[in-house]
Amino acid sequence: MEALLSRFKNLTVLLIVIVAQLLYLAYQVKTARDERLIRVWAVSAVTPMAGIVEAIRRNTIGFLEDYFILLDTREQNRKLHAENDHLQMENIYYRNQLATAEHARALSVFQQQSPSKTVAARVIGNSTVVTAKAVFIDRGSTSGIDQGMAVVTPEGIVGKVTAVYPLVSQVLLVTDPTFKVGVESQKGHVHGVLNCGGGSCLVEQIQNEDKIDIGEWFYTSGEDRIFPKGFPVGKVVSSQPGQGTKDIRLSLSGAPGGVDEVLVILQGAHQQIPDAPKQEQAAVRMLPPPPSDTEAKDTQNSKPQTEADKIVQRYDALGKQEGHVYGGVGSNMPDFNRKPEGAIKPALNQESSEHQTAETAAAQTKSKPESLKTPAARESPPVLGARPQSKLATTNSGGTEKQSATKSSPVLPLGAPRHKQSPPQAQEPTPPER
Amino acid sequence: MNETSDQILTRRPIRENWFSRFQFPALLAITLVAIIIKFYLPRLIPHTEWLELPLLLTVYFGLMRRNQLASLLFGAFVGLAEDSLSPANIPIGMYGIAKTLVGYFAAAVSQRFNVESTLIRVVLSFFFYFFHAFFYWIMRRALLGQIVPFDPQETFVHGALNAAVAIPLFLILDRMRLAGTA
Repeated sequence: MEALLSRFKNLTVLLIVIVAQLLYLAYQVKTARDERLIRVWAVSAVTPMAGIVEAIRRNTIGFLEDYFILLDTREQNRKLHAENDHLQMENIYYRNQLATAEHARALSVFQQQSPSKTVAARVIGNSTVVTAKAVFIDRGSTSGIDQGMAVVTPEGIVGKVTAVYPLVSQVLLVTDPTFKVGVESQKGHVHGVLNCGGGSCLVEQIQNEDKIDIGEWFYTSGEDRIFPKGFPVGKVVSSQPGQGTKDIRLSLSGAPGGVDEVLVILQGAHQQIPDAPKQEQAAVRMLPPPPSDTEAKDTQNSKPQTEADKIVQRYDALGKQEGHVYGGVGSNMPDFNRKPEGAIKPALNQESSEHQTAETAAAQTKSKPESLKTPAARESPPVLGARPQSKLATTNSGGTEKQSATKSSPVLPLGAPRHKQSPPQAQEPTPPER
Repeated sequence: MNETSDQILTRRPIRENWFSRFQFPALLAITLVAIIIKFYLPRLIPHTEWLELPLLLTVYFGLMRRNQLASLLFGAFVGLAEDSLSPANIPIGMYGIAKTLVGYFAAAVSQRFNVESTLIRVVLSFFFYFFHAFFYWIMRRALLGQIVPFDPQETFVHGALNAAVAIPLFLILDRMRLAGTA
């Protein structure tokens, strides 16, 4: 036996080492326990160095770029980028909340709900497993991060926290083959499961009968208990019927593989999925402001556009010239053959026209009814086409005016016999014609 | 097999006690540097996830040490160190087992071939990368039940790239070895 062991010593040791590791593996899988001690030691040994390297790279390369290429632009850009991210997050939240404002109690819901509480973190390293998609971020349990928390960017989802250490945390990205996310379509609210295992991201478990359009957005459904409902996931790039379930490919909006800064959701708040299609930023454009009222009036009065406008303008001038109120009761018919004063008159007919104008004006002054001479009648002329009123009725004031008018000319039903009435005392004004 | 090729394949290098001169701290430091590079390099230079410096280190020590016992233990150490930085959904020991086998087989192969030849080093580096990736994928499926994709074409390309990296890396380690023996 000893001879056998000494002869196959290497193989025996190999088997022992392999079996020992297999047993250790089985123990971990069986108890579903993470061996924190080993991982904490390893992470604590490696991440400070990675942090130092990252700081050196940022402060040396970044320094040179700042001063020799774009003098301080990088720092400003970083601040603006962070601010922009924060504002976009707020914008998404408020936009989603405003979409629910159609409901009766939306305002109270909007006031009561608060946005998700997040903490910003920077990605400092990758995982050592090539096929696994995981990164380390520079926030740990001291920042309030806990296992299972969702990690997002304003553009979309990134992953979830799978391990927490005092100063760093490990984030499993949504592009990892073992990661599944519950998603919901925007239009039909069809629920599915996002799986990015096969190189591209697929939405599984959606029946062929469900309608999913290309370009439609998917949002988190909140069913996976990781991501709060309402966070954008991605846009449909292809949707084809498959065997039993639909074959839907998604383009992730969060770009989990290339992010540098992320937000860890400490306290998630579910949001409503917006009904309206998500607007592309590039499609938004500002129209010029409308002109003010005075500008609009000036534009209208300055130049007549059509022949009808010219005629109306001419008649207005004639009416003013002759003191006629269109639609006014008792106003004589103006002389439409006359030319307005502003118009250019032929030199030969100028004198005769002026003479004629003077005569007409004198005649109109004599024949003008008393009602038109009163200021009240000038300020509020009756409506064009209104029933002619008697002088008595028009001279009355206040509420008796209407009653008198009704009494003087009662409204008869259609087909009723009409009796000839005696003419009124006052002169009946001729209705104006146009 | 002619005389020349037979000579190349069976010739053994001069035995040196270089491994003992690679003191334990130096060995630990090199392993740590390799793991940190793998951990950090993709953040610095995108699309460099394929670089498997810990694996190349295991292969090199297996080929040069020629001691199967020491090589498999070294492989297990490097693999477990890598496992401790793996995602939490992958238990510790997956890389450990894979690299234990790589160390053992590298040491076994070194007794058959002339591992000073660059060509053989390149071929062995490529082979062990492919073996490592395939065995790891098998274990994830069989032991953990995780359905993860395996792209042979991509693995082939990554193996070729790692083999290309192995040439200068092994030369550098050779120089360190010679400096240690001097």
